[in-house]
Amino acid sequence: MMRFLIRRIALLALTLLITSVIVFALTQLLPGDVARLILGREASQEALDNLRVQLGLNDPIPVQYWNWLTGFVSGDWGRSFTSGSPPIRPLVMERLGNSLRLAALALIFSVPLSIILGALAALREQSPLDSVISLATLAVVGLPEFVTGLALINIFALGLGWFPASASANAESLGDLLRQLTLPAITASFVLVAYIVRLTRAGVIEELKKPYVRTATLKGLSRGEVLTGHVLGNALLPTITVIAISFGWLIGGLVVIENVFSYPGLGRLMTTAIERKDIPLMQAVVMVTIFFYAVANLVADLLYALLNPRIRLE
Amino acid sequence: MTWLIEARGVSIDYRTDAGWINAVRDIDLTIAPGEIHGLVGESGSGKSTLALALMRYLAPNARISAGRILFDGDDLVPKPAEAMRKLWGKQIALVPQDSLAALNPSHRIGDQIAEIARVHDGLSPSAAHKLAVEMLRRVHFNDPEGAARRYPHQLSGGMQQRAMIAMALIARPRLLILDEPTTSLDVTTEAAIIDLIHDLIHETQAAALFVTHNLGLVAQLCDRVTVLYAGEVMASGGVSAMFTRPLHPYTISLLASLPRPIRGTETRLSTIEGVAPAPTQRPAGCVFAPRCPAAVSICDQKPPIETVGEGHLIRCHRWREIETGALIIETAPTALEPNTLDDVLLAPYTLKAIHLHKTFRRGGIRAWLMGKRGTKAVDDVSLSVRSRSTLGLVGESGSGKTTAARLIAGLETPDEGTLELLEMPLSSNLRARPVETLRRLQMVFQNPNDSLNPYRSVGAALARSIRRLSETKLSSVEVERRVKALLAAVRLSSDYAKCYPTELSGGEKQRVAIARAFAADPALVIADEPTSALDASVQSAVLNLLKDLRVQRGVSYLFISHDLNAVSYLADWIAVMYRGQIVEEGTVDDVYGFPSHPYTEALISAIPNPDPTIRTRRIRLNEEPDDQIPTVGCRFHRRCPRKIGALCETDAPPWRDAGGQHFIRCHIPIEELRAVQSENTLMTESG
Ligand code: SF4
Ligand code: SF4
Repeated sequence: MMRFLIRRIALLALTLLITSVIVFALTQLLPGDVARLILGREASQEALDNLRVQLGLNDPIPVQYWNWLTGFVSGDWGRSFTSGSPPIRPLVMERLGNSLRLAALALIFSVPLSIILGALAALREQSPLDSVISLATLAVVGLPEFVTGLALINIFALGLGWFPASASANAESLGDLLRQLTLPAITASFVLVAYIVRLTRAGVIEELKKPYVRTATLKGLSRGEVLTGHVLGNALLPTITVIAISFGWLIGGLVVIENVFSYPGLGRLMTTAIERKDIPLMQAVVMVTIFFYAVANLVADLLYALLNPRIRLE
Repeated sequence: MTWLIEARGVSIDYRTDAGWINAVRDIDLTIAPGEIHGLVGESGSGKSTLALALMRYLAPNARISAGRILFDGDDLVPKPAEAMRKLWGKQIALVPQDSLAALNPSHRIGDQIAEIARVHDGLSPSAAHKLAVEMLRRVHFNDPEGAARRYPHQLSGGMQQRAMIAMALIARPRLLILDEPTTSLDVTTEAAIIDLIHDLIHETQAAALFVTHNLGLVAQLCDRVTVLYAGEVMASGGVSAMFTRPLHPYTISLLASLPRPIRGTETRLSTIEGVAPAPTQRPAGCVFAPRCPAAVSICDQKPPIETVGEGHLIRCHRWREIETGALIIETAPTALEPNTLDDVLLAPYTLKAIHLHKTFRRGGIRAWLMGKRGTKAVDDVSLSVRSRSTLGLVGESGSGKTTAARLIAGLETPDEGTLELLEMPLSSNLRARPVETLRRLQMVFQNPNDSLNPYRSVGAALARSIRRLSETKLSSVEVERRVKALLAAVRLSSDYAKCYPTELSGGEKQRVAIARAFAADPALVIADEPTSALDASVQSAVLNLLKDLRVQRGVSYLFISHDLNAVSYLADWIAVMYRGQIVEEGTVDDVYGFPSHPYTEALISAIPNPDPTIRTRRIRLNEEPDDQIPTVGCRFHRRCPRKIGALCETDAPPWRDAGGQHFIRCHIPIEELRAVQSENTLMTESG
C-alpha cells in the first residue's frame, strides 16, 4: 500500500512537471510582444528594453522556464500584466476557494441523487420507470449548460424569486452563500447526474447478473440488503472514479456556468486572462486546474484500490 | 418414510422469444433426512434448473408450471418471496459450482460466512465472527482465523469451495443443495471435498441433493440417485441397484461408455450415438428414443414412470424385458488391433523434447520491486513420443502440462531446450517451421470454439487447411473430395461441410477440429484436453475416434489431460507432471501399477470409481497455494504422505530407474516404494 502511494505520488509529480513544460511552451507561442503588451503601443524603445531585462525576457527559453518553475514552486507566482500588476497568487487562491465551494455543492446535489436514480433504474430494468429516468437524464445532458442555466434563472430567480440571479461570492452568511450557489450548482449537477445515473445503472445491471448476488439472495437477505450490502459496493467502483475525475472538471471547467451566473470562479479567471493576454495569470490558472485534476485522479485510484481488494493486494 | 423434500410432478418452463419452452417435465424426486441424493444428467438436461427450483429459486424468465414441492410437508410453490427468505440460508442452503464467482469479491471470507448467522440467528457481529471461524475450522482450514480475514481471490479453488460449504452449513440447514460443487477442481482436491461433504452430511443429518455429471462421484458419495435426460427422469433409485443392475437403456449405455480406471487399450469404448435434443426439439414420445439402441414403435408414445422395486423408478416401456434378460442392450465394445508391448518399447521416436525450460516473467516495475521474478512453469522437462503410440501427459492445474505442450507446438518459445521431430531438429519458433513440419505436427485444443472461425463453414475451414498444407496445387474437385473424406474419417456426413460452427454441438465441433488436424498427413497430433469440455456420452465417441485414427493413419499422440481414466484408455505411455517437473514416466501398466511416485499414487487413488461396490483406499492430500511451491528439495514435500524426512526438504530427489523404461523422481528407493505400496493396497476402506 505504501509503495503504491509513493509510486502514485511520484507519478503525479511527473505529470505536473510535464504539463508545466507544455503550458510554458504554449504560452511562448502566443503572438505578440510581452513588453509591448504591458506598456502599450506608445511606449519608448528604451522602456521596452528595460522591461525586457527586468522580466528576463532576453534570457534563453530554458532559463526563463527554470526561473518560472522555481518561482512557482516556491510560491512566487509573479504579477499580473494588468494595470497595477497585482500579485497573482492571492487572486488565484481566492477564485480557487470559490470554485471549490461550488464544486462541493454540485457534488452534494448530484451524487446521492444520481446513485439512487441509477440503482432504481437498474432494479426495474426495462420498466416504465427505467425509461423515464433514462430519457430524462438523456434530455438533460443534451441541453447546453447556458440553456439550463438561463432556464433556471428565469424560473427560480426572475420568476419565483427564490434565489438570486447571480452569484457574487460575497455572502454575509452561510444561508446567503447557499442561496447564491444553489442555481449554479444545480446547473453543474445536471451534466453530472446524467453521467452518473447511466454509469450506476450499467454497473448495477452488470453486477446483478453475477453469481454472488444469487449467493446473497439465497442467504435469505432481502432485496434491499442484497443491493446495499453486496451489489452497490462492487457496482459503484467505476462510478467513484468518474466522480473523482469530474471534480477536476468542476474546478476548472465551469466557464459557461460561471459566466451565466457571473460567478467569480477559476473558469472565469481563465477567460479573463486569455482576453487580456495575461500570460503569468494564464499559466498559474492552468497549473492549478491541472494540479486538482491530477490529485482528483490520484484520489480516484486510491479509492478504487481501497474498495477493491483484488487491486490492492495483487 | 417421511421425506424432508418431496417434489411431485414438477414442470419448469422458460420464456423465450418463441414463447414458453418446457425445460423440465413431470419430475418426482424425494429426499429423506440424512440422505445424499445424486442428480445426474448431461449439460442441458435441466439438472441445475431443477435443483434450484427445489429451493424455489428460479431465473427471472422461468416459472414452475405444474407440480408441488413439499418441504417438510409445506408446499413451497405458492409461497411469497418473504416466506422463502426465512427458509433460504437457514433451512435450505446452496453450495454452487463456481465458488470464486459465487463469493463477493470485495468482502472478507469471514464476514460473508458470518452474515448468515447475523441475519437468521440474530448473533452479534463478534459472536457471528467467532462462529464463522469455528465453521472454517470444521471444514479443515489450518488457519481459520487467517482465512476469515482473507478475500476470496486469495484462497485456492479448493479453499474457496470449503469456505462455501462452511457458509452453507453455518445455520445448520436441513436441506443442502450441492450444484456441481467440485466440477472445476483438481481430482485430489475434489476427493478431499467429497470426503468433507460425506462426513458433514452424516454428522448433521441434513438431506442433500448432489448435482453432478460425474457418475463416479455419485457411486462413491450418494445413497440414492435420479438420472435426468432431456428434462425428464429416466430412472431413480438406490445407488447400488442403479449401478450394478441398471434397468434403463440410457443408464446402461452411459455406464458402459465410461472409461474405467483399468487398462482398456485393446477395446473401444461403447458409445451412445447422437446428441441430446435441445429443449425445443424433444421428441413427443420417449425423449431418449432417437439415441436408444432398444427403441421400438411403442417408444413413439411417452412411457410412464413406473415403480419397479422399493424406491426404484424407471421410465421405459421395455424395463421388464431388460429385467428378465429378454432384452440385452448391446454395449459390448468392439475390439481394436492392440499395440503390443514390444512395439511400445522399441518403436522409433516421433518426437523428442529435451530439457525444456520455461519461466513466465511477471512484467512491470512492480513485479520487479516485489521480487516476484516469475514462475517456472516448465522445469527441465524431457518427453519422447514413439511412433504410432500415445504419450499421456497427466497433471493437475498448475502442473505445467499445457505449457509443455505449447512449447512443443511452437506456441511458446522455451528459455532452454531442444526439440526433434522424426529425428530432425524442430525449431522452437512456429514462424521458422517449414510447411513440411506444420504438415507433420498438428494440434487439437480443449475448446474447439477458440480454434474454429465462426464465420467460415466447416467445409471452407477444412478446404483452407488442406490447401495450406498441400505439397502441390490442388484442383477444387480434389479439395472437395478430400473434405468429404476427412468428414467421413471423423464420422460426420458430408452435409456438415455446409454448416457453420455455431450450428454444431460441442462434440461435433471437436470432430471438425480433429478432422482439420488430419488435413495433411500428421506424424504427431498434440491434443490438449480434447474431451474435457464434452459430456460423458459424447466423450467416449471422441476418444474412440482418436484411437481409430491412430490405427488408420499411423499417427502418434501427445495427449494432455487431467482425466486419468481417459488417459489410461488412450495412452501407451504416461508422464506425470507436478509443479513443472515430470515426477514419473513409464508405460500405462507400470505407472498404474507399483511402484509409483507418491503423487501418482495419490492421484490414482483419488479417481472416483463408477462402481459403488469398489471402495479403494483414498489418499488425501492437503492443499498448497500456487505461490507457495517449495523451491528447494522435492516440490511435493509439503503434501507428500510418504515423505521420509529432512532430505525431502533440502535435496532434489533423483530420477530413479524402476526398470522397463519406468522412471520415478523420489528419494525413496524403488524396492522400498514397491514394498510399502503393495502393503497398503491390501487395506481397503469398507462402506
Ligand atoms: S421407452 Fe423405448 S426408446 Fe425409451 S428408453 Fe425405453 S426402449 Fe428406449
Ligand atoms: S522425495 Fe520425499 S517428498 Fe518427494 S515424493 Fe519422494 S518421499 Fe515424497
